[in-house]
Amino acid sequence: MILGISWLVWLIALPLMGFFILLFIPARAKNALRWGALLTSLLTFGAALGMLAQFQVGNPALQQVVRLPWVRIGDLTIEFYLGVDGLSLLLVLLTAFLTPIAILSTWSAVEEGVKGFMLFFLLLESGMLGVFLALDLVLFYIFWEFTLVPMIFLIGVWGGERRIYAAVKFFLFTMFGSVLMLLGILYLGLQTRTFAWDALLQQREVFAAAQVWLFLAFGLAFAIKVPMFPLHTWLPDAHVEAPTAGSVILAGILLKMGAYGFLRFNLPLFPQATLQLAPWMAALAVVGILYGAAVAFAQQDVKKLVAYSSVSHLGFVVLGTFALTAQGLEGAVLQMINHGLSTGALFLIVGMLYERRHTRQMSAFGGIWKVMPVLGALSLIVTLSSLGLPGLNGFVGEFTILLGAFRSAVLASPWFAGLATLGVILAAIYLLTMFEKVFLGPVRHEENRRLPDLNGREILTLAPIILLIFWIGLYPQPFLDLIHPSAERLVALVQSVALAAH
Amino acid sequence: MSLSDLMMVLPIAFTLVWALVLLLIDLWLPRERQGILALLTALGLAVALGLDLAQSGRSGSAFRDMVVLDNFAVFLNALYLISGLIALALGYDYLKRMEMERGEFYALLLFSIAGMMLLTQANHLILVFLALEFLSIPLYVLAGFARPRLESEEAALKYFLLGAFSSAFVLYGIALVFGATANASLTGVIEAVRSGSAEVGFLTAGAVMLLVGFGFKVAAVPFHEWAPDVYQGSPTPVTGFMAVATKAAGFAVLMRIFLNLFPGLATSLTPIFWGIAALTMIVGNLLALAQSNIKRLLAYSSIANAGYLLMAFVPYGNAQVAGQAISSMLFYLLAYGLTTFGAWAVVVALEQAEGRGLTLEDYAGLGPKYPWLGVTMLIFMLSLTGVPLTLGFWGKFFLFRTAVAAGYVDLAIIGLLTSVISAYYYLRIVVIMYMRAGEPRVRRDGWLNLVAIGTAAAVVLLSVVPVQMLELTARAVLHLP
Repeated sequence: MILGISWLVWLIALPLMGFFILLFIPARAKNALRWGALLTSLLTFGAALGMLAQFQVGNPALQQVVRLPWVRIGDLTIEFYLGVDGLSLLLVLLTAFLTPIAILSTWSAVEEGVKGFMLFFLLLESGMLGVFLALDLVLFYIFWEFTLVPMIFLIGVWGGERRIYAAVKFFLFTMFGSVLMLLGILYLGLQTRTFAWDALLQQREVFAAAQVWLFLAFGLAFAIKVPMFPLHTWLPDAHVEAPTAGSVILAGILLKMGAYGFLRFNLPLFPQATLQLAPWMAALAVVGILYGAAVAFAQQDVKKLVAYSSVSHLGFVVLGTFALTAQGLEGAVLQMINHGLSTGALFLIVGMLYERRHTRQMSAFGGIWKVMPVLGALSLIVTLSSLGLPGLNGFVGEFTILLGAFRSAVLASPWFAGLATLGVILAAIYLLTMFEKVFLGPVRHEENRRLPDLNGREILTLAPIILLIFWIGLYPQPFLDLIHPSAERLVALVQSVALAAH
Repeated sequence: MSLSDLMMVLPIAFTLVWALVLLLIDLWLPRERQGILALLTALGLAVALGLDLAQSGRSGSAFRDMVVLDNFAVFLNALYLISGLIALALGYDYLKRMEMERGEFYALLLFSIAGMMLLTQANHLILVFLALEFLSIPLYVLAGFARPRLESEEAALKYFLLGAFSSAFVLYGIALVFGATANASLTGVIEAVRSGSAEVGFLTAGAVMLLVGFGFKVAAVPFHEWAPDVYQGSPTPVTGFMAVATKAAGFAVLMRIFLNLFPGLATSLTPIFWGIAALTMIVGNLLALAQSNIKRLLAYSSIANAGYLLMAFVPYGNAQVAGQAISSMLFYLLAYGLTTFGAWAVVVALEQAEGRGLTLEDYAGLGPKYPWLGVTMLIFMLSLTGVPLTLGFWGKFFLFRTAVAAGYVDLAIIGLLTSVISAYYYLRIVVIMYMRAGEPRVRRDGWLNLVAIGTAAAVVLLSVVPVQMLELTARAVLHLP
């Protein structure tokens, strides 16, 4: 808390304040704009650390709550209602952590329209943080929809060749999902006379009859965002066409909004429907894991490969979520963070290669380690983290999820975990093949011989991520401790319904 | 007629007299000093607006219950008068550079506004018909104001023929209602319906005929065919005025008559309203997809928006949500009006002589080249799509809330899915403006910029405090004499 204003408010307000300051910096002062945006996002990260310092570990309830009435319509009030608990805390931190890194990565990659880029980036950050902090359903929807606007610009203006197609597809897919969620929100509000998350939780019985429909209305929006098979087709386009920083944020954070939505809304608000549909969701998740991995293996374009690997990795998150065990949920949240870190880093690496060679075809590389040893070494760590090598972060998340899925009473079948394990093996195959084709072997192309290795700024963008990769991999306990109480409570809540049903 | 009677219609009377004075002044004014007329018209509208707002909170009837005054009328009259002011701002430079500045323009605009206000306050079916003609005839002329351009003449003729056609429906409906109740005064009809002396069959037929007639005015499907051609052919400031004010007037009379006279017929009329609302949303949005001319695209968008408004009106017979329906419809009209006028201002800025500068391709590169105009158009498109942090989002939110509260989840689903379709064509304009290279030609004009920036600021800033606006519309209740 600073000046009597909660950290949560600062988290949303700081990027907006930066936005308004940047508005008045002339477009030709490119460096001033870059530094302004970076400084803003670093301050925001500072606010996130402030929030972390105040967070009571071990308390499963919502904390640091900010609650103000906003729009009063008859007897229904839309509130400006923010709060944080174990499910959202790490995601907020991840958002505030990745944004400055993404901005730093654009230093030389974005030369045209720096002002617009930074303005949209700060708007996006504010919107994403709002999504993770909002506890009023309408407020959540507003932030959720609002993130679309800066993102289509980031893809559509600063993206690759088919950027317009990708941007429009991204917008329409997401909007299609979210309008039905809006309908669900309106229905909930009119049935219970409240939009507040915890008040709805108390009144679950009121809308118990419509649970399956509500689950589907919310679930469609989240499943598109995650994305779950077969709703994933927007993702490869958006990822491939987006500029590097856009891909980092898209993979690192936007996809997590969908997974987080399941955790925050579907599980606790519609527990009967969750129990009923969990095997189906888990089955789709497993299909996504295997399908994403198989398609990733077939790619020639590194960025596409990473994009499809996201489909596979996010499948683990959904599987862990619908295993409905404490381990599964903890693993799911941790895997979200891990995926944000390792895939974010992979996209940064792809971006660094692309800036030097202006191609992403694996056949254009080979033997890069010899030319760029620093990039090679860092890439190896990131690749190993992404494929889940023990000792690095990816392993902890995936292992916890598989353990949770294996022990799950709801899924009640070892097949889910068994097949998903195949995904881990496939990930090793496609990621190592990619690494081999790009970095190992002889230098096959003359133009690759004189590529400059990473400069200080580039190392600075990767270093913090790699630090966390090791930290989570070697000593994950502090992170799990943050998640555990809230995950435990959520599972207890869903399980109590299961018991009542018997 | 007493003085208190006159007080009830003071804004109307003032507007009429002012229009006549302007006609006289025009006779003495040299041709090159027509600009003075525009300023005088603006002055007149501003005074009328002041008179209108001074009436807020008052209610009553006058001229033996021929007209009523209520907050509903005050709100809508203000909307028409402000629309008139904005249309003037759009036209100030436009009329000059398109060489169609003639003094009649201003008087006709005022006549039409007076007709709208009369239509909103009318409490007698004959007066409703009279006011409907009174607002329409000046508009027929205004639609053809770009004469001798063929498109404009075509627009005027089409508007006139279909307008006359729809008036016939209204008249027939009035005759049937009169036949059913032996009364043409709204108060009398309500009394007859309440006492059970009304002949239900004729009354229903009359209501349907009235619905058809008003359906033409608000451009609801399947009575929308005229709108794209008329919107395209008319001088753009007139088009903007029609899209906002005429539509609002059509909805005003629809609300007053159906809520007052036919709540009892809701069971038989609701399926018709349901069908028209669903069709309007679907057809309007689908046809907008195929447009390459910005004026036609906005015309179809205005049809689709009429569909959203009608969606909230479907449960009009349900007393529990009727009040909510009115306030959310008025809110939407205001949100839509601000957004649309802004968009039309941008269209005017890009329009060149001979109807050039009106294809979507002419907007390529607008965003980077003219940041202010680009951002305002972006805001209008987002607001029309219903993206949060714009008034359009709250407008849709309140309309859908009404539909869901009344139990029309099916209609709400149609509305929400069609708004995803609409996202495609609104987004296309954004994409063309920001993501395609081009050399747009823009007319720099202070009044246009004022309208575009003013409405854009309103659309964004008011969205932070939507509740104050909603309270305003919630107070705009209908008064029964």
